[in-house]
Amino acid sequence: MIINGVQIDDTFAEAFPMKATRVVITAQNLKWAYHAAQALTGFATSVIACGCEAGIERELDPSETPDGRPGVSAMIFAMGGKGLAKQLETRAGQCVLTSPTSALFAGIEGGDRIALGKNLRFFGDGFQISKRIAGNRYWRVPVMDGEFLVEETTGMVPAIGGGNFLILAESQPQALAACEAAIEAMKKIPNVIMPFPGGVVRSGSKVGSRYKALNASTNDAFCPTLKGQTKSELSPEIESVMEIVIDGLSDEDIRQAMRVGIKAATDLGSANGIRRVSAGNYGGKLGPFLFQLREIMA
Amino acid sequence: MSALTFTLKTELKQRLDCSPLTPNLLAGKSVAEIAAIELQSGNRKVRVDAVFDITGDDAEDVAFAKATAKLDYIGKGLTAGCITVEGDVGAYLGQQAKGGAIYVSGNAGAYVANELKNGEIVIGGNAGDYVGAALPGNKKGMQGGIVIIKGNAGDRVGDHLRRGSILIEGNAGAYLGARMTAGTIGVLGSVGAYPGYAMKRGTLLLLNAPAEIPPTFNDCGTHTLGFLPLLLKGYHSFDTRFAGLSDSLKRVRRYAGDLSGLGKGEILVAV
Repeated sequence: MIINGVQIDDTFAEAFPMKATRVVITAQNLKWAYHAAQALTGFATSVIACGCEAGIERELDPSETPDGRPGVSAMIFAMGGKGLAKQLETRAGQCVLTSPTSALFAGIEGGDRIALGKNLRFFGDGFQISKRIAGNRYWRVPVMDGEFLVEETTGMVPAIGGGNFLILAESQPQALAACEAAIEAMKKIPNVIMPFPGGVVRSGSKVGSRYKALNASTNDAFCPTLKGQTKSELSPEIESVMEIVIDGLSDEDIRQAMRVGIKAATDLGSANGIRRVSAGNYGGKLGPFLFQLREIMA
Repeated sequence: MSALTFTLKTELKQRLDCSPLTPNLLAGKSVAEIAAIELQSGNRKVRVDAVFDITGDDAEDVAFAKATAKLDYIGKGLTAGCITVEGDVGAYLGQQAKGGAIYVSGNAGAYVANELKNGEIVIGGNAGDYVGAALPGNKKGMQGGIVIIKGNAGDRVGDHLRRGSILIEGNAGAYLGARMTAGTIGVLGSVGAYPGYAMKRGTLLLLNAPAEIPPTFNDCGTHTLGFLPLLLKGYHSFDTRFAGLSDSLKRVRRYAGDLSGLGKGEILVAV
């Protein structure tokens, strides 16, 4: 399959089950909503060492937020429910509670409920106030800048992590430009995040390592400097490979994000040095959700 | 189907207990069975068809027409469905109701939403004393739901209130929110003496400053509070003027109290 001179490999991305939640952060203006959201979702690129994967989903208009102020929605994904609840509590406490003018709300209605402000409220040292509004409970925690308003719980739902595709290009700047174009398109899709810096990861990993202590290591089959040194998946003209990893609430959300991302990359085409689109395929070792590239782009 | 309608056809000399006439109690009954229900009136019982003309057949939607202030206990124990009253009602409207909605076009007597657990009550006119209060000797008043009074309310609104909202678009009398455990009371008009007397937690939201703030409330200063737009937006699905304030009412002077007791409640006065 060739799109605009770019070959779509006959392969699939492997993804695995995760748990996810969404929160809505509002502030006096969008700048400070972003400050809180960027801090909340920082150091959350991969469950390999971060404990969770998190990213900003999208901007919210004041008409969309519970308190009518500008806001941002952020999503957090973790391997299990307990880990997710712990990560959410720690991040909300250290990154949103501390952020000037911020307020924090649940972003998922259903699912299991996990603590949002339920434990953070104790920061109020007994001066905190509970408020039940329209069927939901909120906590008003007195802080130096006024009050921190936080909803008691948020929803946790089953989700999918590790959807991905690789962009293979003739040069590093060209690979990066294609990824940037892809990310701009993918950011418009709801229910997904791309948790790596700017949504892009260059150190794609494979399952396992020759060192027993490591469970992941460099994806040598796609390292251009090893073309003559290991069993390589790269043809001679490929000089740089970058990966976009997608976590989403459902199979279809990830497919849609992959579709628009790959389309944005292939729109640049071979004329701009983009030669192939591939995906992380580990023979089924990584996870049960498979995303066939050609099927998605058909 | 049309609303099951009880039209008062006789002038009552005694109060009439209408508590059997709720959607949950009338479900599945034929008109003949409903007509034969006996209601307590003073020291005797009267058949429903002796005081009301009965029309319509939808027991989920009960209506009272030509209602007067002698009709007590309308909506007592209501669990679901709707009761609409054209006219006035007497005491104990919606007592211990667990759900559903009650709409009254006229005035209501004492103890509206007495020990209410959930549901919606809207009164187009005025209400008497003890809105949302507990019965004498009880310590748990209204525990949830929402009460909207378009006119004025009497004394001791929200006495022993535990949860839920009472919204008064006119004036309220003395001892507003006395002894309340939690919950929210909003007043657009004026309030009488001793607001928040012995309140433990909860919020009194007043658009006009009371003549006097009780001495056991301390001034915490003026603040822009982020929860107010959220609270007021929470009323958007109800027919109340409070919902329209969500863009304008953010800044208040906060008085904490009642500090003669737990003191974690607050009186918020719009500025």
